[in-house]
Amino acid sequence: MPIIEAQSLCKEYSGRQVLKDISFRAQSGEIFVLVGPNGAGKTTLLRILDLLEEPTSGRILFDGTSINYFEKDKVALRRRINMVFQQTVLFNMSVFDNVAYGLKVRGENEKSAEQRVRAALELVQLRGFEQKNALALSGGEAQRVALAQAFVTEPELLLLDEPTANLDPKNVSIVEEALSRVNRERKTTMFQAENLAHRVAVLNEGRIERVGTFQDIFGTPSKFLVDFARLENVFSGVSKVTEEGTSLIDVGDGVHVEATFEKVGNATIYVRPEYIVLSTRPLVSSARNTFEGRIVQISDLGPVVKVKVRAGKDFVVQITKRSFKEMQLNVDSKVFIAFKASSVNTI
Amino acid sequence: MENPFLEEILNITLLSLRVSGTAVLIGALIGVPIGMVLGLGRFRRKQSLIRFIDITLRSIVNTFMGLPPVVVGLVVYLSLTATGPLGPLGLLYTPTAMIITQLIMAVPIITGVTMSAVGSVEKAIREKALSLGATDRQAAWMVLREARMGVLTAIIVAFGAAISEVGGIMITGGNIRWVTRTLTTAIVVEVELGNFALAISLGVILLSMAFVINFVLTIIQLRGAKR
Repeated sequence: MPIIEAQSLCKEYSGRQVLKDISFRAQSGEIFVLVGPNGAGKTTLLRILDLLEEPTSGRILFDGTSINYFEKDKVALRRRINMVFQQTVLFNMSVFDNVAYGLKVRGENEKSAEQRVRAALELVQLRGFEQKNALALSGGEAQRVALAQAFVTEPELLLLDEPTANLDPKNVSIVEEALSRVNRERKTTMFQAENLAHRVAVLNEGRIERVGTFQDIFGTPSKFLVDFARLENVFSGVSKVTEEGTSLIDVGDGVHVEATFEKVGNATIYVRPEYIVLSTRPLVSSARNTFEGRIVQISDLGPVVKVKVRAGKDFVVQITKRSFKEMQLNVDSKVFIAFKASSVNTI
Repeated sequence: MENPFLEEILNITLLSLRVSGTAVLIGALIGVPIGMVLGLGRFRRKQSLIRFIDITLRSIVNTFMGLPPVVVGLVVYLSLTATGPLGPLGLLYTPTAMIITQLIMAVPIITGVTMSAVGSVEKAIREKALSLGATDRQAAWMVLREARMGVLTAIIVAFGAAISEVGGIMITGGNIRWVTRTLTTAIVVEVELGNFALAISLGVILLSMAFVINFVLTIIQLRGAKR
């Protein structure tokens, strides 16, 4: 049963179309993620779902009932939905009062409210912060309070507008953990948050391009997604089929990549950085693609390291930090890279 | 009190406080609600007529914030003078006439500053409150609560303007000794009479008051900046 369903939503601001014919369904308990660049219309769509704005045309069904915009119905409906804004907004009062606000406006009695506020603060790991003024908190703590504000009323639908944007890794992990726990334990339907996703919708220039599982979307990305997601190791060239039924793609600079698919003519391919093996000695393996090159760039991403290897073309290789240390790699180190023909995907 | 000099200064100071205090108090009762309504953007709707009215009201408020006191004094004088429309009330040259004069100046200031204070927090706070399940009224209340420092600032600014104003109350109060003489009008007349000792004492009192007002205002602003 879809908890929320959009039917042909359009939104215009003084003649400019921000959303064009948006239709989707989000199932109850699902984490539905909207992916798109800035200005794509994500915030506008979320604001419409939170009933802060009315669509120019189209309609929304919440729990099977079409939403109308009478004041009383809007309030009743909003009390079943909650939204965490990208820009954290908190009231100039204590953390406790901030979190309790949603319960207060619903007329909840103080005793049970107190318990629920404490439980919500526990979820975002802010126990002991109750009496602090909310405006004196750091950005990460403030966003966690905003999350607790949203959790405390146990909404059926939680709208999250880039809730981890501008947060440091520690706060990101606290927020993500809390979100996934709430989704798991309370079956709260959620909109947003990439890596928690069950399903993804790609929004571009006000239009939903694709809807599908994470695998569907990122397994065979569209041209737009390649730009947006910045896939690495994307090469274009001419492909021809070999006698064994594989393809050999000449991507230029003397680099030929073998792939298991069959394709003749122009092809754009990519290899995920984590599928490439890095070695300091020549490799003897089953991998059909092996190249020799030199390291031109090293990016430390915490537990993993991305190494750019120039071997005719530049290949980005992802390895663990431990391997990186053990292999004593440096810029300009001579290395060998290898990947299987089956790791090569076309776009 | 035995010292007539001190007694007169006390009388003048208390009258100043009474006139300006009353004007600002009544001004707040009128200006704060108007400023709140304008700031809450209830009129910021799509219909062009309502938009027009809203813009006009805002412009009027902003224009009147800089109203020259002498002009206000003149208008009030013409209304209250024996042959004026409100002449029969017999209010000219009374503290009430001075309160009316300062009230007319205080209302736009309080309205204007409240309007911008409410307007600056309006959208974010209102939407946040609505999103958390508040009704329109609860959300509006939260906006006003968050704008409280701004409202306080509005009142203090208006009081500062009123207590130091001279042109308006000189015309409508008449600067009558023991009756309508305030700190500012007294300074004017004492300087004219060459009583510099008294003029300086009054000036020091006025300056001290201005300092206290600004001191409080600065504390409020510093607190606001912590946000």
